[in-house]
Amino acid sequence: MIYLEVPKSLKPIVNQAHQVARHIFRPISRKYDRAEHEYPKELDMLAALMDGLNAGSGRRGAGIDSLQRDDERKGGVRNGANMSTCLGLTELCWGDVGLALSIPRQGLGNAAITAVADGEQKERFDGVWAAMAITEPGAGSDSANIRTTARLDGDEWVLNGEKIYVTAGSRADSVVVWATLDRNLGRAAIKSFVVPHGTPGMEVVRLDKKMGIRASDTASITLTDCRIPKANLLGTADIDKKKGFGGVMQTFDNTRPIVAGMAVGVARAALEHTRELLAEEGIQVRYRGPLFSKSAAEAELIRMEANWEAGRLLMLKAAWMADNGIPNSMEASMSKAKAARVANQVTLRCVELCGGLGYSEDELLEKWARDSKILDIFEGTQQIQLLIIARRLLGKRSSELR
Amino acid sequence: MDNEKIINEVMGGGLRALSRLAESPLVERFGLEERTQQLVYEGAKRVAETAAKAAKRLSPKRSDRPSKSLKFDLSLSEEQQLMRDTLRRFADDVMQPAARDADDHRAPPDDFMATFGELGAIPMTVPEELGGAAEQVSAVSHMLIAEDLARGDMGLAYAALAPLSFVNALVLWGDDEQQASLLRRFVEGEETSASGAMVEPHPLFDPSSLRTTAKKRSSGYVLHGEKSMVALADSAKWFLVAAELPKAGPRLFIVERDASGVAVVDEPAMGMRSAALGRVKLDGVRVPVSALLGGEASLKSGGRAAYEDAVNRARIAWGAMAVGASQAVLDYVIPYCNDRVAFGEPISHRQAVAFMIADIGIELESMRMLVYRAAGRVDAGLDCQREAYLARTLCSEKAMETGTNGVQLLGGAGFIKDHPIEIWYRHLRAVGVMDGNLLV
Repeated sequence: MIYLEVPKSLKPIVNQAHQVARHIFRPISRKYDRAEHEYPKELDMLAALMDGLNAGSGRRGAGIDSLQRDDERKGGVRNGANMSTCLGLTELCWGDVGLALSIPRQGLGNAAITAVADGEQKERFDGVWAAMAITEPGAGSDSANIRTTARLDGDEWVLNGEKIYVTAGSRADSVVVWATLDRNLGRAAIKSFVVPHGTPGMEVVRLDKKMGIRASDTASITLTDCRIPKANLLGTADIDKKKGFGGVMQTFDNTRPIVAGMAVGVARAALEHTRELLAEEGIQVRYRGPLFSKSAAEAELIRMEANWEAGRLLMLKAAWMADNGIPNSMEASMSKAKAARVANQVTLRCVELCGGLGYSEDELLEKWARDSKILDIFEGTQQIQLLIIARRLLGKRSSELR
Repeated sequence: MDNEKIINEVMGGGLRALSRLAESPLVERFGLEERTQQLVYEGAKRVAETAAKAAKRLSPKRSDRPSKSLKFDLSLSEEQQLMRDTLRRFADDVMQPAARDADDHRAPPDDFMATFGELGAIPMTVPEELGGAAEQVSAVSHMLIAEDLARGDMGLAYAALAPLSFVNALVLWGDDEQQASLLRRFVEGEETSASGAMVEPHPLFDPSSLRTTAKKRSSGYVLHGEKSMVALADSAKWFLVAAELPKAGPRLFIVERDASGVAVVDEPAMGMRSAALGRVKLDGVRVPVSALLGGEASLKSGGRAAYEDAVNRARIAWGAMAVGASQAVLDYVIPYCNDRVAFGEPISHRQAVAFMIADIGIELESMRMLVYRAAGRVDAGLDCQREAYLARTLCSEKAMETGTNGVQLLGGAGFIKDHPIEIWYRHLRAVGVMDGNLLV
């Protein structure tokens, strides 16, 4: 039955995340935007708080570490962990994207662990805070071309290489590192490895200074003869040319709707606040009458809302598919492409609509317009999403549509 | 809403206190972080437990709220899936091959309306208690029909949907007498020909602010005005006319084609020509009291809400048309761009081409989601004014963008009449124009 509303069963989780965003993130949002690289100590409390909230509400909360694909459908439709995580992140990023990216144990590496790890590993890495290290100085979107290597030496993997743009790379307690077992075997040889901080040979060499999400740390990491146990390779060490990239790439099917959720959250923050500020100037949004008979400001608010709503619903669709075991690679990319570009457009337009007030640090609007940009870049840029979608629609391999 | 507010306060108050505790400089100075974290954990647990209890206490089980246990869901009912399979075949086998001729001749093929009638869309959508076969009346079902037909050809779809919309209006808002007489005749197939007439031919048309008027007279109403882009205008036997009734506001009237003062003139347009568009002129048309949809009782209550409902439902219908026709564009450009070779390889291997197609895919799904959501809300008994308005806003823009990019992808071939894509381009301009005449 076609019904595209957030189910009542997920409202408590949404509400909980919203309260955290409103009462904890918003009050310190500007503080950590200004104090880049200062550790937000409130976050330790937040981790305890979220564990408490989860324990108290008697359910596993919305969390990146709870993402599971339910391949066995036990009758009926599921609105499960993928949807609740997307909705939770939407609320948290309505509060602050940078802080949401710094919540302990909610790293993108946790999504990789959940997506690819076997049962023993899931147990062993339960409660770990894992960042995700894919990008290298010579390989960004072109992640099949990474140069970091992993060589088996007895019972240990030996990793060598350099990783950049690792979100939460210094604060997390582990890093999920993508490395190749054999550069000659292409993408099928790329595997992911859990490397705990403190492992000799892994070093954080730099923290990037950024335009936005300044509350979140972005690290450069070097791996020099870094030895980790054999069992820290996620999934299987077999190089299956048919499955190819499948193993590591399937993480993205789960994380892209989440990034879409982040975009939906920050865009909603900007839209809501702009509406409030414009209401003081006598601009009301009414969903009636021809769009062209309205003031330009009212019409623009409605147009932005329509596009924002599209991003939000595409996110829910992709999450719904994941929750119900339906393959969603294309839909995950669609949600991320739409939600992220809309979030960037909306936050920038909101600054413009609010004039000097929007541009100044008196309001958070200018911050949201800086924060939103990264959402159209990380976890696959807009252009990478378009490539993935086009290949699916046209039935093309990556060797044909490059 | 009140319940949520109370829960918010319970949660919010607790979180604020915990947050202050966490920020206290004393915590750090005395090395109390761990102890404090334990306190925060226990505190948060209590807050969540309280909120969970409050939620339980405050939302007693109420059976009159069907939306309570509904889940987000994109799957169709068996009935809808069956209808969809049938209509897709009809769109492929009957509509697409007929579209070019119908466009040239500015009318559907002679047997088109009869063939569509035989598929049984009217009895399939009218609920059992009114003589049809549907378990219940469903905006989603109507929306899916519009989408699937528009995938075949949006102009022919408009013609096919015109009587269906008229019948649906009788189901939704007709009074007992209107349902017992006129509706029954349509369900039983004695009557087949009807069309909606709400849109007026002037810039910035607003369905809530009509120039067509209805004046009350002792014997009934007198209608004056002009209606535009009416499907099958010359052949329809019945019109559903929107007119402003002083003191009451806009209302819908059932007007017979043969009534004195009704004149129809051809209205050839940019597209949608296969729907045999016409302008309906109403010059002092006298209709009986029973012509007011919903009857006299609707003047006392419900009439205004019914009209607003009709406006929302029209927006959903045209949104569904936009989705169907845009899907046709996407389905057409994919094989074309894969087959068309330039510079030694298929043009779809070029990102400039491939990205346009990806964007059509994204915006098509965006439109679909907004339209489905609005229709889903109607079936769940929720207000959909905002959702229908946003769907219309998005579809007006993105449907035309899809149409123009579709032609662009074919280049010169898109501009000539060897391919159907130039018809779709002309059709899709109607999405931003039409704000009435159909409904789900």
